[in-house]
Amino acid sequence: MLCALSAVFTTVAIVAILVYESYSFFEHVSIVDFLTDNQWTPLFEDAHYGIMPLVSGTLTISFVALAFAIPVGTTAAIYLSEFASHKTRETVKPILELLAGVPTIAFGYFALLLVTPLLQWVFPDLPTFNMLGPGIVIGIMVVPYIASVAEDAMRAVPMSMREGSYAMGATRFQTAMRVVTPAAISGIIAAYILAISRAIGETMVVAIAAGQQPNLTFNPMDSAATITAYIVQVAMGDLPHGSIGYQSIFAAGLVLMLMTLFFNVLGHFTRKKFREAY
Amino acid sequence: MSESKTASTLKENNSMRALIKRAKFNDHLFGTIGLLCIILILTTLLVLFVDLVVDGFPQLTNGDFYSNFPSRHAARAGLLSALVGSSLVMLVTFISAVPIGVGAAIYLEEYAPKNWLTEIIEVNVTNLAAVPSIIYGLLALGLFVYTFDFGNSILTAGLTLGLLTLPIVIVATRESIRAIPVAIREAAYAVGATKGQVVSQHVVKYSAGGILTGVIIGMARAIGETAPVITIGALTFIAFLPEAPISATPPFLNFEWLTSGFTVLPIQMFSWLSRPSSAFHVNAAAAGAIIILVTLLMNAVAIRMRYNIRKKIKW
Repeated sequence: MLCALSAVFTTVAIVAILVYESYSFFEHVSIVDFLTDNQWTPLFEDAHYGIMPLVSGTLTISFVALAFAIPVGTTAAIYLSEFASHKTRETVKPILELLAGVPTIAFGYFALLLVTPLLQWVFPDLPTFNMLGPGIVIGIMVVPYIASVAEDAMRAVPMSMREGSYAMGATRFQTAMRVVTPAAISGIIAAYILAISRAIGETMVVAIAAGQQPNLTFNPMDSAATITAYIVQVAMGDLPHGSIGYQSIFAAGLVLMLMTLFFNVLGHFTRKKFREAY
Repeated sequence: MSESKTASTLKENNSMRALIKRAKFNDHLFGTIGLLCIILILTTLLVLFVDLVVDGFPQLTNGDFYSNFPSRHAARAGLLSALVGSSLVMLVTFISAVPIGVGAAIYLEEYAPKNWLTEIIEVNVTNLAAVPSIIYGLLALGLFVYTFDFGNSILTAGLTLGLLTLPIVIVATRESIRAIPVAIREAAYAVGATKGQVVSQHVVKYSAGGILTGVIIGMARAIGETAPVITIGALTFIAFLPEAPISATPPFLNFEWLTSGFTVLPIQMFSWLSRPSSAFHVNAAAAGAIIILVTLLMNAVAIRMRYNIRKKIKW
């Protein structure tokens, strides 16, 4: 019983600490400034506390990641579930799990020293620190996640529905597209939403390869900072406990927590609401 | 009359053939694209690993790299303090996460009544698994570092990563407990076993493999986790080793290492990677190759174990 309550305790502690420190932060900074100011420079002489540049960076990178991961992940899921032989599936699924277990810092190296130089070869104007490279790498990171959750959803569609479709003379592609995918759509969308929440919370890739300049921009070719990268940047420096910079990372963390919580809850309800009963 | 009918049937047949041909073409096209996607994913894993090994090769094959402390000179810098730090932090993580995680899972599966409190705990565990790791870092910064005053110590890092692995251990344990059929429990009760005996002699025993799998996966994740450890303010330049936990003289065990400053493999890699000089990037690549190798091995062992358990056990 006490053990089980430790989970609840962790959550309560997370919320309490974030809210408590953010509260002292908002005693210095008004919420209106926080939400509308378009500069984020808490460590400068002329301090501005607008969270928007960090949010725009976070959203742009997540968007790039999803633009890559959704097509690739979904195709891979459909292929694994409807086309691949039993043997292929049994070989590929564990490898997907392995890929999901690779530490994110290794992907950061990958983004900075392999993907970005490759992209610079295609787009010569691209700066060393940009959002495109890390975005794509985060995309690669969440592909296994989307593929395996979506594949599970498709596997759960009863065989009789496929057999019905085949009996009407449909090909595997037609069955996959018009029967299996619509039937499994709730699980597939839930996979996307959980992937978004993952991309938003991803830290190291962005901290390494996106530069750490908060920029209010949605152009993936620019360098930018995300909420997570800002927290890392501040934590690396030596900020005194209780200073406004120290409190600002908790305020930023609170925003991050709320964003991921929103997507997690959304994912949870999508899965529940659209579940088709067979 | 009959001739025109034949002509129209022929025409229908032809258009039907074209339709089928198109559908079949689409089918094969998609099959190819899907296969390419899978190959793309698999190649990425391979490229990632090979890239790190190739870039870090000069340091990976250099024996001093494993026994030197970090240094301002890239060629003389080594991993020793990070290797020791990682092992000690993992020890704390293991000790804090595994008993609590397994205990929580057993309680939830075997003892918990169906009420609102249990419901809240369940929703909580699921949500905790989806909280970004850096948030755990903030929690640790506010709670362990400043409220409990543990400082930037091995203890703080171990407990932080322990909290992070807790949901993984709980979920894995619950799944393997749930796989044990009720009949086993009923049989044990039928011969007069108490609840405690059923749990310790049957439930835990049969689910041990599954629990171990979950623990290994959780530990593999904790080893590679960087963000929360940076957040608690882990130093990146550590040129000393913490006090050894076991000594030859009485009292044999000491706990001073718990409060010692430390660095871990991913932090060391990050600090090398954030330097502009490419000589340090070689070190970063070597460290990355080691981290990946360790996590891949641990995950591979866990996946293999789970596969074997699934195959072996037939209830």
